[in-house]
Amino acid sequence: MTDAPETRTMNMIQAINSALDIKMGVDPDIVVMGEDVGFFGGVFKATEGLQKKYGKTRVFDTPITECGIIGVAVGMAAYGLRPVPEIQFADYIYPALDQIVSEAARLRYRSAGEFTAPITVRSPFGGGIFGGQTHSQSPEGIFTHVSGIKTVIPSTPYDAKGLLISAIEDNDPVIFFEPKRIYNGPFDGHHDRPVTPWARHPASAVPTGHYRIPLGQAAIVRPGEDVTILTYGTMVHVVAAAVAEKGLDAEIIDLRTLVPLDMATIEASVKKTGRCMVVHEATKTSGFGAELSALVQEHCFHHLEAPVRRVTGWDTPYPHSLEWAYYPGPVRLSLALDKIMQD
Amino acid sequence: MLEFYRQMLLIRRFEEKAGQLYGLGLIGGFCHLYIGQEAVAVGLQSALEVGKDSVITGYRDHGHMLAYGIDPKVIMAELTGRAAGISRGKGGSMHMFSVDHGFYGGHGIVGAQVSLGTGLAFKHKYAGDGGVCVTYFGDGAANQGQVYESFNMAELWKLPVIFVIENNQYAMGTSVNRASAEDQLYRRGESFRIPGLQVDGMDVLAVRGAAEEAVAWVRAGKGPILLELKTYRYRGHSMSDPAKYRSRDEVQAVREKSDPIDHLAKELEALGVKEDDLKALDKQVRAIVAEAADFAEQAPEPEAGELYTDVLVGDY
Repeated sequence: MTDAPETRTMNMIQAINSALDIKMGVDPDIVVMGEDVGFFGGVFKATEGLQKKYGKTRVFDTPITECGIIGVAVGMAAYGLRPVPEIQFADYIYPALDQIVSEAARLRYRSAGEFTAPITVRSPFGGGIFGGQTHSQSPEGIFTHVSGIKTVIPSTPYDAKGLLISAIEDNDPVIFFEPKRIYNGPFDGHHDRPVTPWARHPASAVPTGHYRIPLGQAAIVRPGEDVTILTYGTMVHVVAAAVAEKGLDAEIIDLRTLVPLDMATIEASVKKTGRCMVVHEATKTSGFGAELSALVQEHCFHHLEAPVRRVTGWDTPYPHSLEWAYYPGPVRLSLALDKIMQD
Repeated sequence: MLEFYRQMLLIRRFEEKAGQLYGLGLIGGFCHLYIGQEAVAVGLQSALEVGKDSVITGYRDHGHMLAYGIDPKVIMAELTGRAAGISRGKGGSMHMFSVDHGFYGGHGIVGAQVSLGTGLAFKHKYAGDGGVCVTYFGDGAANQGQVYESFNMAELWKLPVIFVIENNQYAMGTSVNRASAEDQLYRRGESFRIPGLQVDGMDVLAVRGAAEEAVAWVRAGKGPILLELKTYRYRGHSMSDPAKYRSRDEVQAVREKSDPIDHLAKELEALGVKEDDLKALDKQVRAIVAEAADFAEQAPEPEAGELYTDVLVGDY
């Protein structure tokens, strides 16, 4: 019998910091780079203290040059390092798309496996912080569309640490989107209520040491019989609150990794419940929900008792005012749950 | 000169009020104040012809709007996200525009507006309208790759664009010399053969003088010019920045020695303007700002249907 690992109460930022710390402590090939990540410790403080501990050659500030940051990281990775670049907000990642898509994702294939780019791009994403169109977007669907990279989105401190460690150890490039709305506490979708800290959530008990959560393994957040709800990131908590408010026996699945996707867990659940709803904050058209919806239909068609429903952000740019009208919050989830149970 | 003073004071008081409204939760999200940098927008834009020239900038854009005499009420209402805001609440602090003034916006993505400004200049040349485009960006943005792609095209095609680097010394928490191999930013155009000038951005008259020179150069068809305006922001990068990367003494020293408003006040007094007159002006400006704040607080939020307007030109 082994002793239970030592745990500490952490919020998501502390858990991410801990994952970086643990990995940097054992692997000298890991370097952390990005805008204000060193001296300043990151705008959300995810890299705080790391420069002091590991020095300026391993934790360093870059100029504001997203294309350059990722391009340089790919070169570093091809020659054996494991860079963990930070893109300060996911909304700033677009200048780096060329390097992510054409270089990081494709290097292995075109060199027939001789060269790879094991980088982990960390980036805060998602809305709910009144950030307007350039600080709120959820661009995960752009990356899941690209073969050659993995896309990971944690929803708790425990998962964030275990998944980030797996991502860093993974030999392929990983886009690691951190839902910034829940850095400091889970969010039930009621923006007018005070924020609850992570300390009250069981997933804030985070082992201080090394552990992994394998990429490609979903979590059943709440088992149930009535309907399967597929979601990830901040929406895991918004959905859980909406389901509790309705008193519905829904099975909530937190995907945790979009690529690779845990289709087995999804399939087993939908075959059991016969209904499936997909929820994400990103816009609907060509969003990851469209892929999920198609997969469920392909795998579970004869078990479905109702059409797959999507509850997502509206197909508009992320708004400045009207944020909560855009957001797929409690009211829209409640209506959609009513509908899918009546279908 | 008195008008420069009034404009700078308006920006200062407006931004102080915006900071207060942010503290009260009336302005949310991201808000970047222009306090300390007032002389830049006021000095430069005073040398332009509204209706002929164009201006584009980054996310720290309140001052540039005010320097153009745009109604503080609709600017403040944009910050609070109201339907009466200049972008009808859709843009917010970082994203404000004015067709009437040829003001092509505040832009939230660092450096992205530099290419847009180059395109605006292309249109000035294409149309032969005699206009020039002032393209502002910061010392942080000066390291984005697209800035140099734009420099090359602007000089290659001799476009009428004035590239203005507002060097306030810090890209968020990173000082210029920690992020820039060549920290004399006015030299950044050299390999593209773009001439550069370094200007005291805390002295509105020096800024105005440099602006006149730059405008003359560009209007004469000689191609782009690069101005580095050395300035300083007193507040954090945004409202959530505790500014631990610099000392209080450093900020205090700049305020005491180089404040653009105090500096001009002294010059005005030397010319015989009475202190009481300046005080009366301050009172007027404070009243304008208070009125703008009340308006921005009371104006209604946009209707939910506004979510789906302006996504495309056609029906959506």
